[in-house]
Amino acid sequence: MTYTFNETQMAELNRLVARYPEGKQKSALLPALHLAQDSFDGWLPTELMDYIASLLKIEPIEVYEVASFYSMFNLKPVGKFIFEVCQTGPCMISGSDDIIAYIQEKLSIKPGETTKDGVFTLKLVECLGACGYAPMMQVGKIFREHLTKEKVDSIIAEYRATVTN
Amino acid sequence: MGVKLLLDKANVPGIRTYEVYRREGGYRSVEKALKEMNPESIVEEVKKSGLRGRGGAGFPTGMKWSFIAKPEGVPRHLVCNADESEPGTFKDRYLMEFIPHLLLEGLIVSSFALGSHDTYIYIRGEYAWITDILEEAINEAKANGWLGKNILRTGFECNIHVQRGAGAYICGEETALIESLEGKRGNPRIKPPFPAIQGLWQRPTVVNNVETLAAIVPIINIGGEEYAKIGVGRSTGTKLISACGNINKPGVYEIDMTISVEEFIYSDEYCGGIKGGKQLKACIPGGSSVPILPANLLLKTATGETRYMNYESLSDGGFATGSMLGSGGFIVLDEDQCIVKNTLTLARFYRHESCGQCSPCREGTGWMEKILHKIEHGHGTIADIDLLWDIQRKIEGNTICPLGDAAAWPVAAAIRHFRDEFEWHINNPVLSQTSNFGLQHYADPIHVPA
Repeated sequence: MTYTFNETQMAELNRLVARYPEGKQKSALLPALHLAQDSFDGWLPTELMDYIASLLKIEPIEVYEVASFYSMFNLKPVGKFIFEVCQTGPCMISGSDDIIAYIQEKLSIKPGETTKDGVFTLKLVECLGACGYAPMMQVGKIFREHLTKEKVDSIIAEYRATVTN
Repeated sequence: MGVKLLLDKANVPGIRTYEVYRREGGYRSVEKALKEMNPESIVEEVKKSGLRGRGGAGFPTGMKWSFIAKPEGVPRHLVCNADESEPGTFKDRYLMEFIPHLLLEGLIVSSFALGSHDTYIYIRGEYAWITDILEEAINEAKANGWLGKNILRTGFECNIHVQRGAGAYICGEETALIESLEGKRGNPRIKPPFPAIQGLWQRPTVVNNVETLAAIVPIINIGGEEYAKIGVGRSTGTKLISACGNINKPGVYEIDMTISVEEFIYSDEYCGGIKGGKQLKACIPGGSSVPILPANLLLKTATGETRYMNYESLSDGGFATGSMLGSGGFIVLDEDQCIVKNTLTLARFYRHESCGQCSPCREGTGWMEKILHKIEHGHGTIADIDLLWDIQRKIEGNTICPLGDAAAWPVAAAIRHFRDEFEWHINNPVLSQTSNFGLQHYADPIHVPA
């Protein structure tokens, strides 16, 4: 499959590149990969990384080594919504274990897996900087905080509704 | 009520917008700095203020600024470290989310002092919605003449750009942050050369934490000497503390560093005591990498003195009986918390975040996690405790960047202060899976239960 940014996406890429001095366009790599991941299927297939390399005039390997280093870049297909649940110390002492177990039970998936309908992926992550509002998870751009089992139920229903409607 | 310099206006409705922020006296420090001061005098004020880096290391900011090289014809850069990732720390997030213009104001003054015309905010990738808030604030500031060319008709040009990271604790280390900003893996650089000589794109660069740069605003407004009068000793000014864990009122608090740890935990003005009327067991007072302290050493020093919320008092006793103020990530553990499990989650964190460059950290963090996992799940041996101790000692000081130390310290402190809890786990492999070691002799020396 080949990938091409539309006009809006290309304009955004050019805005990102323009922040850096002439010849330092590689600096735009992380933001460009976010843009690529958000613009297509939520993950970075090799062809998409190659496309970004060609746009930034760098070698594909320079993109692969970066994409594989940062935890927010997905190198495998993911569901429409990713529940990224924090499991680090402050969340753990505030009850994240129970929340993680509950989500697994509700969605019938283990961490790293995607539901059969392709809607939800469960990912366990390390500290996201919401320790005072624990337990928490990130879904897309948003932090869902002070999680309880009831809250998890309503969050799942909320996202499921956006798919079925 | 203590003095507030950063969050004094945090509750004013609409303070996130330029209009309200300006009406409340915002951007005065830019007027003062650009019209009445010069870069050298600003650096002098910052030196006089005694401000120390608020990211965790506590290095004097004025001194850091004075190191920046000024070779002819080479651009210099200020980079704001908004990669806040130390477990327990969420103060910069609060500041950027609710008073974004305070950071921008500090950045403009600091950029002027350092001669940076293109200043970058490197924000952790997960704070995606805050990136939008900052971009919006930058647009407002630009539209009102505080950014761009010829600011206040002084000829000074400054642009601020926000760059998102993508999930890597290591990028909070300043040279890893610079690598990431150059579009590379976040591998810390070998120093020297220091960023002040060769930083971003090999140009002289200063990297400062969000809170540090925000503190420049009150320093310019009230003057370095007045700022230095707040606080105590070398802990001048105010500090943001993000409090979390088993307390009644988790959140971000601005303190003037003269209050005691006891007041901070139990006063209704701050944490409001331990949740559910439980007993305090332990606390990690400055972000997950600083040594954990049992309640008895937290509230009083080993010599029985009251412990205060500042750089010197929290480190009183060194690592043997003290800890650090660090980033201000204040994690409170109640009587029901298991030290072995807590240490395991932190060991897993550091293993996950090790960049893999240095063998002691890459291998050592993995081994520490495995051994702690073994002990936590009832398969440990007494020799494992000594092995853990041995591994952490071989990591500390033997890596390019401080992540190695950050991974070693929590394990060392847990064993140092809670060795009997580790032994109990090992000697009670079945019982430890369903019950808890409890408080034992670590109890709060002040609030003894009836």
